[in-house]
Amino acid sequence: MDSYPLSLLALQAFTGLALGAVYVLLATGLSLIFGLLQVVNFAHGAFFMVGAYAGVFLFGMTGNFWVCLLGVPVLIGLGGLAVERVLVRPLYGRGIDDPLLLTFGLSYVMVEVVRLLWGKGGIPFDTPDLLQGAVDIGVGYFPLYRLFVIGVAAAVMLALWLLIERTRMGLVIRAGARDPVIARVLGLDVGRVWMLVFGLGTGIAGLAGLLAAPLQGASPEMGATVLAEAFVVTVVGGMGSLGGGVAAGLLLGVVVSMTSLFAPEMAKVSMYALMALVLLVRPQGLFGRAGAA
Amino acid sequence: MTLTRRAALATALAMPALSVRAQTAPIRIGFPTPLTGAFGAEAQDQVRAAELAVAQFNAAGGLGGRMAELLVRDDRLNPGEAATRTLELIEKDKADFIVGGLSAAVQLAINNVTKQRKVLFNSISQSDAINEAADWSRWTFHEALNPHMTAGAVGRYVFPKFGKRVAFLTADYAYGHEMVRGFQAAGAAFGIEVVADIRHPIGASDFSPFLPRIQALKPDVLCICNFGRDQQISMKQATDFGLKRTTKLVAPVLLYTARVGGGAEAFAGVVGGTSYYWKLEDTVPSARAFNDAFRKMHGGRVPSDYGALGYAGVTTVLAAARAAGTTETERVVDALAALKYDAYKGPQYYRACDHQSVQSVLIIGSKDKPGAGDADLFEILAQDGPDEAMLRGCTALGHS
Repeated sequence: MDSYPLSLLALQAFTGLALGAVYVLLATGLSLIFGLLQVVNFAHGAFFMVGAYAGVFLFGMTGNFWVCLLGVPVLIGLGGLAVERVLVRPLYGRGIDDPLLLTFGLSYVMVEVVRLLWGKGGIPFDTPDLLQGAVDIGVGYFPLYRLFVIGVAAAVMLALWLLIERTRMGLVIRAGARDPVIARVLGLDVGRVWMLVFGLGTGIAGLAGLLAAPLQGASPEMGATVLAEAFVVTVVGGMGSLGGGVAAGLLLGVVVSMTSLFAPEMAKVSMYALMALVLLVRPQGLFGRAGAA
Repeated sequence: MTLTRRAALATALAMPALSVRAQTAPIRIGFPTPLTGAFGAEAQDQVRAAELAVAQFNAAGGLGGRMAELLVRDDRLNPGEAATRTLELIEKDKADFIVGGLSAAVQLAINNVTKQRKVLFNSISQSDAINEAADWSRWTFHEALNPHMTAGAVGRYVFPKFGKRVAFLTADYAYGHEMVRGFQAAGAAFGIEVVADIRHPIGASDFSPFLPRIQALKPDVLCICNFGRDQQISMKQATDFGLKRTTKLVAPVLLYTARVGGGAEAFAGVVGGTSYYWKLEDTVPSARAFNDAFRKMHGGRVPSDYGALGYAGVTTVLAAARAAGTTETERVVDALAALKYDAYKGPQYYRACDHQSVQSVLIIGSKDKPGAGDADLFEILAQDGPDEAMLRGCTALGHS
């Protein structure tokens, strides 16, 4: 009954990487907003969930998944801009707890609004025709759609890295994060940068929600587990470190996947056990700077 | 404790008022069910159908003019929450009867409260434990199927047809465990070989880490023993992983709502059991009458399997109250235990020793390509029972 041929181990590891790609996308928005704004966005899971529903809505209107792929992050990102401008901005400089509580409350409002609009039950979301089915990747069959998700996650991370490290705007973002006072003295509109970053972070959360919809459908509660997972990835990777988020996301994906193979009952716990271990040995996270956060 | 003369007088004066109230007060049916959470879709349909049962009872004049009313409470799929809500229903809202529960674990929490308070409880979701002497009480009724009879019927249909190498992917709580036990009990006669028994946490969103191993084992049959959104997501992801190439996907209870939520492709070819499928109306008159009334009340939609259980659970309790001519618990319990009924799916009755409803189990298969907007999603492949032989014996359950 218990034999583990090499091909199975390889497929299991690959499944873990695919799972990790989803974790990376989940955590990136959270990490971005925390790293640059020092705002712990508890509504992150809710933005993820709204992303899935925005996908259901847009897909219903257009019938085209590719339109959703562009439209949903823009839509949710714009929502994020508005939230930052109207709700979060007045709380800057008032300690980390206030925006945390605000976004926590906001997440409840968002879930209830979605329940009012689309009902309490879930809504199905079919995998786009082009990406249906499983393909043989040498060690076994793997769903084509999950390969696509890995690709999108990689593209998003690459684009984000280019934006922050290689563009003028990225320079402004980094300056604003490093020392907002000096940046302001130098004539930069830091408030505008923060608003953009918040929009970017929520937009990526929305994209992750859209990508999750063909895997699990859309339901009002889907953001709750995601929030916890995103926090684990962020903490393991190091709060605010994008590279750390990528490494931690992939690592956690593989750990969860491997645990599922050998001790399925422990799969859910393994993630938190790893987090506890990292916090004990390296409290700032794998790639975090000591003292930051 | 001293009883003052004034208090005694006040009590005596209040007595007639109380008995007058008892005659005109509505018959209150407490209905705890998980409106929010992973089983929300099924729970909402239970409420819809229970509302129909109450409306029909009232339209027929109630109990000598006393109307029934349904008190729906969200138990959030949480045993503690369910116990609290049930206690409130009994103590604060003065519910006469409790019907509901949509989880093998949560219904036991409800039953625990009703048992202590000696209030009639008719459970409308799957459980084996509720039949057993340790949990059962005189006030406990079980209108739903139980895992032993459901998995048994499905196993007897599936194993000879599709093969003996069997894997389980199971939600790690009472429902899943009891279903696996039911399959194994039925499979013993066919000499099945269990190649994997994988437990997943309830309410999981991603099943992909469990699937490569099943793919590598290539079992003849994969029994996916979970419920609600878990069933919907796991069927979809198992299909995405190409498991259908080598393996027959089987669910002990193939849910109408999960099929609606999961889509035709994910469920194509899946075989499972159910207490009710609305197409039964082609052959069973009471099913036709129930469906027609449901369609009329709810804008043309058809009732789901678990929805129908909400209807049956409330209808039988109200019928018993009418037969007893009272809402007094002990007499309604006797009337319900004696009831022979055909509420919506053919003849049923509650077995004397454990009040388990003896009824048929349908074996259904999910259609590959139903028409767009078509509500006819399954085909009925076989029907098992009603027969007490499908149940575990009374002495085995600890009843004398």
